[in-house]
Amino acid sequence: MNIVGETVAWLTNPANWSGPNGIPVRFEEHVAISLVALLIALAIALPAGLYVGHTRRGTGVAVGIANFGRAVPSLALIGLVLPITQAFDPVNGFALYPTIFAMVVLAIPPVLVNADVGIRGVDDDVVQAARGMGLTEAQVLGRVEVPLSLAVILGGVRSSTVQVIATVTLGALFALGGLGRFIVDGIAQNDDGMLFGGVVLVAVLAMAAEGGLALLQRRASAASTGLPSRARVRGVAGPPLPDTAPYD
Amino acid sequence: MIDWAWLSDHVPALLYRTGQHLYLAAVAIAVGLAISLALGVVAARRRRLYPPFSLVAGLVYTIPSLALFAALVPIVGLNMLTAEVPLVLYTLVILFRNVVAGFDAVPPDVQEAADAMSYTSTSRLVRVELPLAVPLIMAGLRVATVSTIGLVTITATLGDAFGGLGYFIFEGARRSFPTEIYAGAILTILLALGLDRLFVHLQGRLTPWERRGSDGASPA
Repeated sequence: MNIVGETVAWLTNPANWSGPNGIPVRFEEHVAISLVALLIALAIALPAGLYVGHTRRGTGVAVGIANFGRAVPSLALIGLVLPITQAFDPVNGFALYPTIFAMVVLAIPPVLVNADVGIRGVDDDVVQAARGMGLTEAQVLGRVEVPLSLAVILGGVRSSTVQVIATVTLGALFALGGLGRFIVDGIAQNDDGMLFGGVVLVAVLAMAAEGGLALLQRRASAASTGLPSRARVRGVAGPPLPDTAPYD
Repeated sequence: MIDWAWLSDHVPALLYRTGQHLYLAAVAIAVGLAISLALGVVAARRRRLYPPFSLVAGLVYTIPSLALFAALVPIVGLNMLTAEVPLVLYTLVILFRNVVAGFDAVPPDVQEAADAMSYTSTSRLVRVELPLAVPLIMAGLRVATVSTIGLVTITATLGDAFGGLGYFIFEGARRSFPTEIYAGAILTILLALGLDRLFVHLQGRLTPWERRGSDGASPA
């Protein structure tokens, strides 16, 4: 019944901090898999969101994709592509590729929607003024619209990042590495210290990412409103920041 | 690639698991909504209570679902509660915030008008504030439902008695049998997408005055 004691004992045991199944290795794997998925999602969703927000074209398609991505369960997605990727690559196709695929689908909607909504929310007078000063469309986007909506865009990235970090653990059910390994192995071996140690590590990583991105977001918000960052914290001014949409 | 014979042999099992999936999700959403409405009413009246509620709700979300299900086994044993408690907790995160946001969205003028018409606090809540909060509560229900459908698949890790359609995904992966994985995965996706559509439709019917439509883009 002494779960806290077992967890602390497991986390402070030097033996758990070394070797191929040690905390540093699993931590690195977790970060690496999450980063790869997030970077792929950003590479797809950010340009698409900026395009849709700037041109106001294809909104219906973007909303449809976002709603689909939000509705589809990650585990079902892993199951859907697993037999296909496994046929091509029996090693990585069983866990790594399906998990990354599911995480990319999970991460796209918040980035896509926030980029679109952020750009669209930029004051139309400002955009027209920029055009009047002779800026090209690319310059309007890069120098005016993106800086002014950076806080909203980063809000989407933050939301995606936290969801991906918490959900990558699912891959461990299919023999993937990462911190989910400790949770799955802890369950299998009836080792509560390992199970809850894994939970603590995932939660710490998720909260660190959330905190770091929230800080960036606050800076971006302060920069775009011209107010000191403290003002934003107290809610004096600036656009309301989008809340994180919880997911599984 | 697809073993059609397996599918036709397992129609009863597929139907049973679909029913189990919907049952596990429906119980969690009903309980989650009841708790969120109660907490939301309290938090909307006493603003100081909102930050701690919201913080706890946010913390729950950083716990991987896989771990939360497993964590309850030593505490409550292996029964319906083991699956339902985490499912309810995750719906609370979504529903509570949306209920409070819904009550917040009621214009102060409307509340004052209700007071001036000598509504009691309870009747104002039921007849004025609640109907006006419906759009945001429904939006929350939609997200919570879809997310719960996904989470139910993970209850399969608790054993064969749970999991709904997730059972087929895990068993299929264990046996390296694509047909079974596809059956579980595709039916889960259809369930999630179907319920998502249903809620969009319901939302439109319940709040015909919301002209914007509920399907528009909103920041995540």
